Amino acid sequence: MDNHSANLSRIRTVIRRAKRWDMIFGLTGLLAMMLCVLTLVALFAQMAIDGVPRLSWDFLTSFPSRRPGQAGILSAWVGTVLVMLVTVTAAVPFGVAAGVYLEEYARKNWVTDIIEINVTNLAGVPSIIYGLLALGIFVYGFGFGQSILSAGLTLALLILPVIIVSTREAIRAIPQAVREAAYACGCTTWQLVRDHIVPYSGAGILTGVIIGMARAIGETAPIITIGALTFIAFLPPAPFAGEPPAGLFDWLFAPFTVMPIQMFNWVSRPDPNFHYNAAAAGFILVFMTLAMNGLAIWLRYRLRRNIKW
Amino acid sequence: MSASLAAAAPASLPVTSERLKKKRTRHMKEQVIEALLFFAACVSVFTTVAILYILVSESLVFFEHVPLFDFLTDTQWTPLFADAHYGILPLLSGTLTVAGVGLLVAIPLGTIIAIYLSEFASTRVRETVKPFLELLEGIPTIVYGYFALLFVTPLLQMIFPELPGFNMLSAGLVIGVMIVPYISSVAEDAMRAVPMALREASYATGATRFQTAIKVVTPSAISGIAAAYILGVSRAVGETMVVAVAAGMQPKLTFDPTEGAGTITAYIVQVALGDLPHGEIGYQTIFAAGLVLVLLTLLFNILGYWLRRKFREAY
Repeated sequence: MDNHSANLSRIRTVIRRAKRWDMIFGLTGLLAMMLCVLTLVALFAQMAIDGVPRLSWDFLTSFPSRRPGQAGILSAWVGTVLVMLVTVTAAVPFGVAAGVYLEEYARKNWVTDIIEINVTNLAGVPSIIYGLLALGIFVYGFGFGQSILSAGLTLALLILPVIIVSTREAIRAIPQAVREAAYACGCTTWQLVRDHIVPYSGAGILTGVIIGMARAIGETAPIITIGALTFIAFLPPAPFAGEPPAGLFDWLFAPFTVMPIQMFNWVSRPDPNFHYNAAAAGFILVFMTLAMNGLAIWLRYRLRRNIKW
Repeated sequence: MSASLAAAAPASLPVTSERLKKKRTRHMKEQVIEALLFFAACVSVFTTVAILYILVSESLVFFEHVPLFDFLTDTQWTPLFADAHYGILPLLSGTLTVAGVGLLVAIPLGTIIAIYLSEFASTRVRETVKPFLELLEGIPTIVYGYFALLFVTPLLQMIFPELPGFNMLSAGLVIGVMIVPYISSVAEDAMRAVPMALREASYATGATRFQTAIKVVTPSAISGIAAAYILGVSRAVGETMVVAVAAGMQPKLTFDPTEGAGTITAYIVQVALGDLPHGEIGYQTIFAAGLVLVLLTLLFNILGYWLRRKFREAY
C-alpha cells in the first residue's frame, strides 16, 4: 500500500512537471508574440508622433525642397501612381495568362516543370537583383532610360510570381464539374477559360493583384538601382502637353521619383528636420500598404465565406 | 415541309464544308491563344535567363580587369577610390554578419510563435494573429530602415554608449523582427499540415501539449520548417534598404556587429545613387557583387532543397 501511494505521488510529480512546461511554453509563446507586436507598435507610434504634425495639404502638394519645412511629396506620389499604372498594365495580363496556362492548358512534361520551378525560384530572388536586371535590359539594352517605363516594368517582373501563384490558387478552387459541364456543351478550352474560369476566379486573382501592388509600392531597392532621381522638382509631362510632337505617352519616358525613394532620401540626411518629413512620408506609405493588404485579406475571408459551389 | 427539304438538300454539301471550315478556324484560334498563353508563362523563364545573362556577361568584363584570385582574397573593397581594391570579402563579411544577427532574432522567435499558434493558441487567437502577421509582411522595408536608424540605434546607444551611429547590430535586429512573420507563417502552415491522428496518438499516450509539439509535431513538420528558415535566410541576405540606411556603407572586413560596415546590397545602392557612367569598371562591380549575392542565395536554396529531401516525412 505504501509502495503504491509513493508511486502515485511520483507520477503526480511527473505530471505536474510536464504541465509546468506546458504553461512555461504557453507564456513564452505569448511573450514572443507580444515582443513582435510591441516592437511594431513602437515603430508606428514613433513614426506617427514624428510624422503626423508634418502632414498637411501643403505637404502633399509641394515639391521637395532644400528647406525641410517647405518640402513635400508631390513628385513622389505622382511618380508612384504612374509607375504603379505601368506595373499593373504589364503584370496583370502576363500573370493571369501564365496562371491560366499552367492550370488549364499545360501538359505534365518537363517544359511545365521548368516553368513551375522558375516561378518558385523567382519569388526568392532578392529584389535588388531585379534592379540590376532592369539596369542591363530596360535602361541600357532597350534604351528606355531611367524612366517611369523602366521602373514600372521592373516592378511588374517582380510581382509576376505573386500574381501567377494567386491566380493558380484561385483557379484550383473551381470544382472540376464546372469544366466538365462546359466541355460537355461543346466549349473549347478558351471559351471555358473566358466565360467561366476567369470570371469565377476573378476575386481571388484580384486579391493577388492587390497584394502584389502593395509590395510593389514599397519596393525601393530595384528602383534606386535603375537610377531614379532622389530630388525632382517637376512633374512628368501631361498627355499632349507641350510642343506638337508631344504625345499621349511622353510621361512614360520622364525621369521620376517614388515615395519610398523620397523617404530614403530624407532618412539619409543628417538634418533631423528632414527626418520628420521622412516619418510623414513613411506614415502615408505604411497606411497605403496596410490598407491594400487589409483589403486583400478581407476580400479573401469574405470570398471563402460566400462561395458555395 | 417537303419543299424546305428539297431546298435544303442541294445546299447540304456546301453547308458541311462551311462547318468544317468554321471548325478549322476555331481550332486555329484555339492554337494561337494557347501559344500566347504559353508565351506569357515563359516570361518567368526569360526573366531568369535574362538575370543570369546580365550578371554573367557584365561580370566577365569585370573579371577581365580584376583577376578572380584578387576578387576572392583581397581584404579591401575600394573600387571607387584612386587606389582601387576589388576584394569581395569585406562585403561578404558585412552581409553574413547582418544576416546572422537577424537570424539569431528571427529563427527562435519565429519558431516559438509558429509552435504557439499551431499547437497552443485557440482558434480565435490564431485567426486574429495570422492576418495580422500577413499584414506585417507587407510593410515597406525602407520604413524598417527608418526604424533601425532613428529608433533602435538611439535605444541601443543608451545601453552601449560607445556604439557608433551606423552599426550592423541595429540593422540586424530590425531585419530579424522584419522576417519573423515570414518564418512563423510558413512554419505554422507546415505544422498545421501534420495530420491530427499523430497528435491524438501522442495525447493518448499521456503526452502534454508541449511534449506533443516538441517531440511529435515539430519533427514531422521539419522539412516545412527548414523551408521557412531558408526563406528567412534568403530575405536576410538580400535585404537592402535597412542596411543601406542603418549599417553605414563602409565596407570593412569585420564580423563585429557593433561596428558599421557595408553589405553587398548596400554597395549596389551606393553605386546606383552615385550615377556611374555606363560601361566603366565601377559600373561592372555592381554586377559582380550581384552575381555573388545570387550565388549566395542559390547556395542556401539548394541547401534548403537538400534538407527538405533528406528530412521529408511521409505520413
